[in-house]
Amino acid sequence: MPLALFWFFAIVMLVGGLAVVSLRNPVASALSMVASFVGLAGLFIGLNAFFVGIIQILVYAGAIMVLFIFIIMLLDLQTEEKRAPKLAPVLGGLGIVLAFSIQLIGILSKTPNIKSEPLDLAAASASYADKSPGISSKLAAGHLPDVNLIGDVLFKGYNLPLQIVGVLLLVSTVGVVVLSKRQTT
Amino acid sequence: MDLATLLIILAKVIGLTFMVVLPLVPISVYFERRFSAIIQDRVGPNRVGVPLTLLGAKKDFSFFGLIQPMADGLKLFLKEDFTPSHVRKAFYWLAPALTVVPSLVTVCVVPFGSDLVVNGEHHKLVIADLDVGPLFIFAISSLTVYGITLAGWSSNSKFPFIGGVRSTAQMISYEIALGLSIVPVLLYYGDLNLSNIVQKQADNGWLLLPLWGASAPWNNGGDYTAWLFWIPAMIAFVIFTTSVFAETNRMPFDLPECETELVGGYHTEYSSMKFAMFFMGEYAAMVIGSALVVTLFLGGWSLGFGIDAAISDVTVFGVGIGGLIHMAIFMAKVVAFILFFILVRWTVPRFRYDQLMRLGWVIFFEAALINVFLAALVVAAPQYGPAITVGGLIVLAIVTGALVWVLKVSERKALPAAA
Repeated sequence: MPLALFWFFAIVMLVGGLAVVSLRNPVASALSMVASFVGLAGLFIGLNAFFVGIIQILVYAGAIMVLFIFIIMLLDLQTEEKRAPKLAPVLGGLGIVLAFSIQLIGILSKTPNIKSEPLDLAAASASYADKSPGISSKLAAGHLPDVNLIGDVLFKGYNLPLQIVGVLLLVSTVGVVVLSKRQTT
Repeated sequence: MDLATLLIILAKVIGLTFMVVLPLVPISVYFERRFSAIIQDRVGPNRVGVPLTLLGAKKDFSFFGLIQPMADGLKLFLKEDFTPSHVRKAFYWLAPALTVVPSLVTVCVVPFGSDLVVNGEHHKLVIADLDVGPLFIFAISSLTVYGITLAGWSSNSKFPFIGGVRSTAQMISYEIALGLSIVPVLLYYGDLNLSNIVQKQADNGWLLLPLWGASAPWNNGGDYTAWLFWIPAMIAFVIFTTSVFAETNRMPFDLPECETELVGGYHTEYSSMKFAMFFMGEYAAMVIGSALVVTLFLGGWSLGFGIDAAISDVTVFGVGIGGLIHMAIFMAKVVAFILFFILVRWTVPRFRYDQLMRLGWVIFFEAALINVFLAALVVAAPQYGPAITVGGLIVLAIVTGALVWVLKVSERKALPAAA
């Protein structure tokens, strides 16, 4: 990823994140969050994680935030816009950010600055040769099939946990329907 | 990245997005007006042309009114751009751009043709040959909903707002059917790269026309998988096409701008070029939708019947122009599909909003889900032998029956409470 693009997406993400907390209009905040997600997706794609980046946009920016905006629009925004920010929550938030920043600086200062080796695709291809020939041939051809790799790990290595998570989501969906359709009589 | 690569990418972006897809927008508006006129037994716009009589010629040159799109565009540019005083300005200005831009961004993963060979170098006729093509299109086009929603909300008046809310609900609902319906296609190809999918269709027969190459039973030792797969593929095609209609807010699903109920829907307060941007967004989404349907189900740029390899090798003056021929085939297919879009718009009456939601959530969602399992069964059948396949079919039939029964029961009107 060219450095310029990294900075572009990083700045989009950070400015979006700042705007989420600093803008008074809830719709503007939600849209800034979308911008922040798009910046984050750009960073993922820059790391060759195409699938994760695309899913970031598809799920968060394309579905969840739309529902957020949908709900926000139905609310009365006048009261929210007029409310003055209280001092205590702002100070608390700043304090937490400061604590995390100090932690981050502490960790980063101890981490040696090494440039990582490029991925050895030939070795990776050999390791997948008998497990899944499709992935192996793509790795041998010199590009990273990230969707296939994620699918391989998810459905072969962690199939049972995946199914359990699926059932959990289904149960929560059924629960929501039952709660919201409860007879009021 | 050197300058030459950068220039080639720039040429592709400008060439494919702004010189191929964008002109298709006014052209499809022209097609729409002419075709609807034919359907309704009218003449349609057939006059606008080059006014040769001004220059002393005997007759004007009006080739079926083909200059009409330019006149339309010019009219929209020159109209007064009026911003009502009660709107939320920033969002009101942002909304039209948010509807057009995502549609045009999705152009970058559509394969327009096979390789163009210049000086022995192969150039793919696709801007970004991503390995997550269909997902990329879904992800970016799911952002168009912001444009319409914001337009409705920022107009700060009631009808646009209802239009925007409707559109949000509609687009989110149909995104689910849209995403689920192409899972069988991806299962069959085992690939998310649109170029590879089209290449496989060119070699082995289109998904909906498996008549040559390895998918024809007389070429592969009597393997009927490709023919059996035609059933889930057809179901997927119907669901996908209908969901594309809903996603692009076209008739019969244009409830967000339903003029009998909502005046103009989400763009009631918009005028001039800002209105034209919504118009462009809708037609660009239609072009991309057609391109995606053609790419996934109807063989993309391939002409079919096993002669694509020969076309790819066509060389004129040392330049392999096979890619351009394929591009022409692709554009012909896309335009044919756009005409189908228009035909549907002018024949099928508009749905009611609850019917639309019921179709999306109750029928398409379930059908697409069952279709995924059916497709998986067809794809896996040769590996597992007849016993497991038949068992799987029985289980699938029972599940389908149970689902239909549950739907019927849930549709039944609640009985009046016993006194």
